[in-house]
Amino acid sequence: MTHNNRNFYFSFIVALGFLFSLPFWVDSEYFFFAAFSVLQFVILSSAWNILGGFAGYVNFGSAAFFAIGSYAAIAGYKLGFPQGICILMGVAAAGIIGFAMGYLTLRLKGVFFSVATLAMSVVLFTIVTNTPFLGGARGIYVIVPRESPIGVGQYVHWLYFLMVGMAAIAIVISRAIQYSWLGEGLKAIRDDELAAEGLGVPTLKLKLIATTISGALMGLAGTTFPYLITYIEPTAAFNLSFAVNSIAMPIIGGIGSWLGPLIGAVILSSIQQIASVNLSSSFNLLITGGVLVLFVTLAPNGIIGFFKKRDGK
Amino acid sequence: MDISFDLLINALVSGLLLGGFYAALSLGVSISFGMLDIVNIAHPTVVILGAYFAWWLNENYGLDPMVAGIVMSPLFFLMGILIYRIYYDRFEKEGGDSLRGLAFFFGILFIIEMILILLFGVDYRNVNVSYTDATIKFGLLNVPYRLLIPFVFSVSLLLIIRWAFKKTYFGRAVSAVAQDPLALQLMGVNHIKVKGYAFGLSLVTAGIGGALLIIIQSVQPAAGREYIGLVFAICVLGGMGNLMGTLFGAMILGVAESFTATFAGPSWSPAVSFGLLLLTLAFRPQGIFGK
Repeated sequence: MTHNNRNFYFSFIVALGFLFSLPFWVDSEYFFFAAFSVLQFVILSSAWNILGGFAGYVNFGSAAFFAIGSYAAIAGYKLGFPQGICILMGVAAAGIIGFAMGYLTLRLKGVFFSVATLAMSVVLFTIVTNTPFLGGARGIYVIVPRESPIGVGQYVHWLYFLMVGMAAIAIVISRAIQYSWLGEGLKAIRDDELAAEGLGVPTLKLKLIATTISGALMGLAGTTFPYLITYIEPTAAFNLSFAVNSIAMPIIGGIGSWLGPLIGAVILSSIQQIASVNLSSSFNLLITGGVLVLFVTLAPNGIIGFFKKRDGK
Repeated sequence: MDISFDLLINALVSGLLLGGFYAALSLGVSISFGMLDIVNIAHPTVVILGAYFAWWLNENYGLDPMVAGIVMSPLFFLMGILIYRIYYDRFEKEGGDSLRGLAFFFGILFIIEMILILLFGVDYRNVNVSYTDATIKFGLLNVPYRLLIPFVFSVSLLLIIRWAFKKTYFGRAVSAVAQDPLALQLMGVNHIKVKGYAFGLSLVTAGIGGALLIIIQSVQPAAGREYIGLVFAICVLGGMGNLMGTLFGAMILGVAESFTATFAGPSWSPAVSFGLLLLTLAFRPQGIFGK
């Protein structure tokens, strides 16, 4: 794969310009709800890919990081901070938990790490459920204004702008990591951790950086969620479908590069959005499951794999 | 809160009974994950499938769930062999990364859930058998049959399978696969067949676990998700592939859950059992009973 910064930034800015222009000529408000969740999954799967795709450490706890982002933003909201600060709080909280989780569990290999992330997710879920300040099991309401704070369109348009910006940040970070020493080191860890360590790669340090960034980005995806649905409760925020989709989408797109999760998230979550309008939202799971099984059995390198030459990489 | 003796002893006993039942749920994971190195994340959902089969057999033919559990065993065995076949052809043969195998089982999880939703809807299902509401009294102790019977059934199942792994040719072949598949191949044993049978056996225990589950509580199609963490936690706590360890791990989790539920409220109990798992993984990754 070529590594061409000029081409990337050119198409990136064109795409951003296009996405930012949408609210000015697309009428349907529903479209922006749908676009919001597609972008949400773009961030989640790009974030998951940093640890799971580059380094091969499968995180089952994406939903927990997403929920930490949501709940930290809610805590900021309840304390009366402006939205920007709430978002930063969500990112920081998820990053800190990511670091702590990495510190506790990164000595574990393979599936043990995954089981640990799952366990952490359950523990955090229980803590949130039992914390009255965060609404407990009953949930908590967020009051949002009807108008957009920048004076253009509805509030959902404002959230959409935020989300486009966040997704852009996630993609730039993920791409930057892929082509940096960090990405090279993580790839070495995925291929053979012992050998990498023997050759002087600081594996623990790299993995800690990766879990922190990955966790913080997942938190970022969660920060705007309460503002969209104006209500949040633990089972919605910790929903398994966030965890599974953020694994499924990179696999379908092709793991290990920044582009795969983006393609996978856009395609799979668009299909899910269309299906939940035309059929029923419970079909989302069947779609995820069916597409996932099809891809892992028939197209192991994801959609990206179709375009890549077999021999060269 | 003052802690009375009979509250304590009742919490302990119901924790042990619950733990015995958890052993049936995790037994199969101990086989597939602990011995065969197959991360069957869909195992708890197969348990729910078993619960629905048992419910259906009970509803239509009046079979006791435990009898139903045994009747449907061959079906689960065949399903296991079939799934292992696909898994082997697509993932294990090439070696390669476990992530795709994991994703495959995630897909199976959702497909089973959807099939259940399409066939039976999302309502809770339960069975009523003669012993559902009966209890037996030992002095201070109140033991519901609803927990006691699954406990006895589950522990005997585990002991039988443990005996079979130690004494029979098939069982020893499975243990050999766990230790050194290459050596087994060189001895002329078809390790794929052995693993397929063992995986089939793990799904049989899942089916039976489901039949026991429906005696204890009502189920809905997505109920399996609550047990994913639990079964892997028990398997890791007990030490990989160690069946007696699985039994003890299950009892520890059962007692921990029951104590938290009694003394701090049921909503805290997952935090305690999974906190225990996190600590075990962080400080003793080979499990409490691992070597």
